[in-house]
Amino acid sequence: MSGDLIFLMFILMLAVFLGLELISKVPATLHTPLMSGSNAISGITLVGALLAAGAGDSTPLSIALGTAAVTLATINVVGGYLVTQRMLSMFKKKRGDRK
Amino acid sequence: MSVTIQLAYLLAAFLFALGLKLMSSPETARWGNLASACAMLLTVVVTLLHTEVVEYQWILVGVLIGSAIGSLAATRLQLTEMPELVALFNGFGGGASLLVGWEAYHRQPLQDPLGAVTILLAVVIGGVTFSGSLVAWGKLKEIGWGSFRLSRPLLFPGQQAINFLLLALLCLGGVLYGLDSPESQTLFLVLLALAFLLGIVVVVPIGGADMPVVISLLNSYSGLAACAAGFVIFNNILIVAGALVGASGLILTNIMCKAMNRSLTNVLFSGFGAVARKSRKGTGGDPRPISAEDAYFILEAARSVVFVPGYGLAVAQAQHAVMELGELLEDNGCEVRYAVHPVAGRMPGHMNVLLAEANVSYDLLVEIDDVNPNMETVDVCVVIGANDVVNPAARDDAESSIYGMPIIEVDRARVVIVLKRSMAAGFAGIENPLFYKDNTRMLFGDAKSSLNAVLGEFKRS
Repeated sequence: MSGDLIFLMFILMLAVFLGLELISKVPATLHTPLMSGSNAISGITLVGALLAAGAGDSTPLSIALGTAAVTLATINVVGGYLVTQRMLSMFKKKRGDRK
Repeated sequence: MSVTIQLAYLLAAFLFALGLKLMSSPETARWGNLASACAMLLTVVVTLLHTEVVEYQWILVGVLIGSAIGSLAATRLQLTEMPELVALFNGFGGGASLLVGWEAYHRQPLQDPLGAVTILLAVVIGGVTFSGSLVAWGKLKEIGWGSFRLSRPLLFPGQQAINFLLLALLCLGGVLYGLDSPESQTLFLVLLALAFLLGIVVVVPIGGADMPVVISLLNSYSGLAACAAGFVIFNNILIVAGALVGASGLILTNIMCKAMNRSLTNVLFSGFGAVARKSRKGTGGDPRPISAEDAYFILEAARSVVFVPGYGLAVAQAQHAVMELGELLEDNGCEVRYAVHPVAGRMPGHMNVLLAEANVSYDLLVEIDDVNPNMETVDVCVVIGANDVVNPAARDDAESSIYGMPIIEVDRARVVIVLKRSMAAGFAGIENPLFYKDNTRMLFGDAKSSLNAVLGEFKRS
């Protein structure tokens, strides 16, 4: 158990560094899509929600909490990726077309 | 957990990282978003194959409702409402992690101290994110009752003491809970309520131009909440993805704070702009109002023009008019650029999205450091609904409360045209000496109608 925990902490530390490196390269012009995109990624908690809602032999409260978690996380995932894609499709370089 | 699932998570982690890597350029960003979405799909599908998932009906209900709401919100939304949407989504992310932690506690109230602490972290961080984001959303929506406006910073005596008391209570409760994970739910529910309350009191005193900082910070929290949920269920992909989001929010927070030359604690606790400050130096001189026709003559003769958009552009929805004017000027043989300050608007990159929506090519958008060094060669700067980010007091007046904040030094251009509704001070409540400078012309009125009037002059000639 504690071995697992330490292993997960290693992952956490490395992922934070990786994130800091990657994100610092994102240009200012993409900061809003970056935020809505990372909104979608934070919907990853859907994994935990699926495990909670699908566990079976649950009390009504468990079911309610799990289902609500699935709903909120899905809103984030679906809404986040769609709106990011919508925004990014507008970022165009179009000087060539006009002249 | 089976090897197949773990391998799929590994691939997903790679795709998430790749997705962020591709966000480093507007040309590849779309593929980045797609890679990230594929990673999410993969993760969800293999999780459904998990042996612990035995019932699917409630999952189906949640996924259907969530997808319907999410896709409706994403497709129906006006892009000027992006800050509100991001604030709301931050809250939902935090809320979902909170619920995952709560469910884990409910399923098995008696945990060893480590398990108890991870659950508590997920619930507290998730709770703070959830309630804080809802308040932020209300501020951006300009919700209010009577004369009370939520968007204004709300300050009262002893506020900081209350904040620290709440935090201390939360820590104390957390220790009690960790030492002796109780079967009674009372302590757990009290801690949950405290987390909600903390989220509210932290965001309530912040307003206006400080919103980008809060939104970035809550973005970071929503990632950290997912991370904590990952520790609750011992799941590595939650930790990786949550950490990436947490890092992203932190970097954005840092960029926003730097762009205002303020520390994070200063933004969170000082309630900047709550009281309109009187300028200490006399500004002297009178503003020089001009008509749309005068503006046309100035712009028509210009060889290089820089537009400086601010929150007023979003309010007036003037992005399309700006683009049209920019194209006319380009056809007139003029070099047109758009200078965007990092904290212009209500969220990071707010102006860039608006201009992109209006079809402004992104390579025309420049940042402070690109435009300031050769500002003398710019014929005309057109300031549209921006105020504090072009205030020369930040550079010249050591007494000013925004002294030291990096600004777009429009006053060094040959002529500055300021589009503004009235002479009212900006969010920071500081007089702007720019409006009284010899080379400044004021074009009063709604930004959109003023721009359309100038466009009309161009088309008539």
